[in-house]
Amino acid sequence: MVGKQMSTAAAILGGFAILCAGAVGFIYDSTRVQIEDNERAARVAALHELIPPKLHDNDLYIDAITAESHNWLGSKKAVPVYRARMDDEPIAVIIAAEAPDGYSGTIKLLVAIRYNGELAGVRVVNHRETPGLGDYIDAERSDWIRQFAGRSLTNPDEKQWQVKKDGGAFDSNTGATISPRAVVKAVHHALTYYNSHRDQLFAPATPPQSPAKNPAESARHE
Amino acid sequence: MSKSYSEISRDGFWTNNVGLVQILGLCPLLAVSTSTVNGIGLGIATTLALVFSNLLVSLIRNVVKPEVRIPVFVMIIASVVTVIELSMNAWFHELYKILGIFVPLIVTNCALLGRAEAFAFKNSPDRAALDGLTMGLGFTAVLVLLGTIREILGSGTILAQAHMMFGELGNHLTITLIDNYHGFLLAILPPGAFIGLGLIIAVKNLIDDRNKRQAALQPKIITANLKTA
Repeated sequence: MVGKQMSTAAAILGGFAILCAGAVGFIYDSTRVQIEDNERAARVAALHELIPPKLHDNDLYIDAITAESHNWLGSKKAVPVYRARMDDEPIAVIIAAEAPDGYSGTIKLLVAIRYNGELAGVRVVNHRETPGLGDYIDAERSDWIRQFAGRSLTNPDEKQWQVKKDGGAFDSNTGATISPRAVVKAVHHALTYYNSHRDQLFAPATPPQSPAKNPAESARHE
Repeated sequence: MSKSYSEISRDGFWTNNVGLVQILGLCPLLAVSTSTVNGIGLGIATTLALVFSNLLVSLIRNVVKPEVRIPVFVMIIASVVTVIELSMNAWFHELYKILGIFVPLIVTNCALLGRAEAFAFKNSPDRAALDGLTMGLGFTAVLVLLGTIREILGSGTILAQAHMMFGELGNHLTITLIDNYHGFLLAILPPGAFIGLGLIIAVKNLIDDRNKRQAALQPKIITANLKTA
């Protein structure tokens, strides 16, 4: 009797596990394409916020390569680099660098660097910093991130590439310095990487198309 | 003995409020209630998840044996939250950008499991859904109240960043109470959440006490009047 009860209970449990997994799988499958489209549209909109459409005439999303540098770009994986060109002249790159040392995990950034090495702007695209405390690094929350526009490796000089609390040039809010510290460091690293890899980053995407997926064209450097 | 709709609603909003009486869901409640807008966001997301999880639990209450009900509840809640997150991401992307970060937090809200066990498993689907709705809205009210208090004390504003929730219109909703306010950091930090919630619970108990005393006084006055007459 007990055995029978147990097997019925187990069957119910198993049945529900299959049902729930099936439902989640079905929804995942039917939303995947839409979510990818949304993310692409959001990404293009985010790129255009940094490099306005009138400054370039190529398709940022297509004219992209990947770059891999755990030390300088913050990710063990290759990160996308979008190139902006006008009449085939290089205008700027947008590097999807990461700040691995946020308060709660990785902060994903878009770092836009003009051809001359000056920052066009930085945006946080994904973070899990404490709401109301560390999340002011998000452009939606405050103007903090906008102070990077116009900066470069020499403005301020290397020692000043820190938050003010550590003796640097960048503002931070009292009680929440971990998030901005991580962002400042990641932006500085991305600039350093750009400085030593500029020509590789602007190298034309040779045919065939979809260069982003071709590892042979990645700029692989530590 | 099933409760009437009005009893269920009163329970959800006041008598058995998730945040103030059951003290469930403290993790998201205390972590997110740093501003009014955050409160509204988490409140809406939680209410949505509560309604659907309660409804599903109620629908399967006659199929599932009591011995295995808890793991089944957990599976249902996890699936509901995941499905809500994926669907929002796909079809309401603008909304997802705002509420998206709050949705995974719902999994840490034991109110969902609590309501499934205490109410939905024993009641008809309509009552269970109403219970989810009113419990969710009661929770939202506490979140918004606590969020507003902390925002006023911590940053001197009300409804800052409302444009994330209500679009362009939201920019006009933001009220700056005190210009050049330097902020009372404690209110934004976790201790501020505990102190704020404690004060709200105290006020609620005060109101309940007064109501009880008045209710106790009322019949005596009537009998006293009768005697003098």
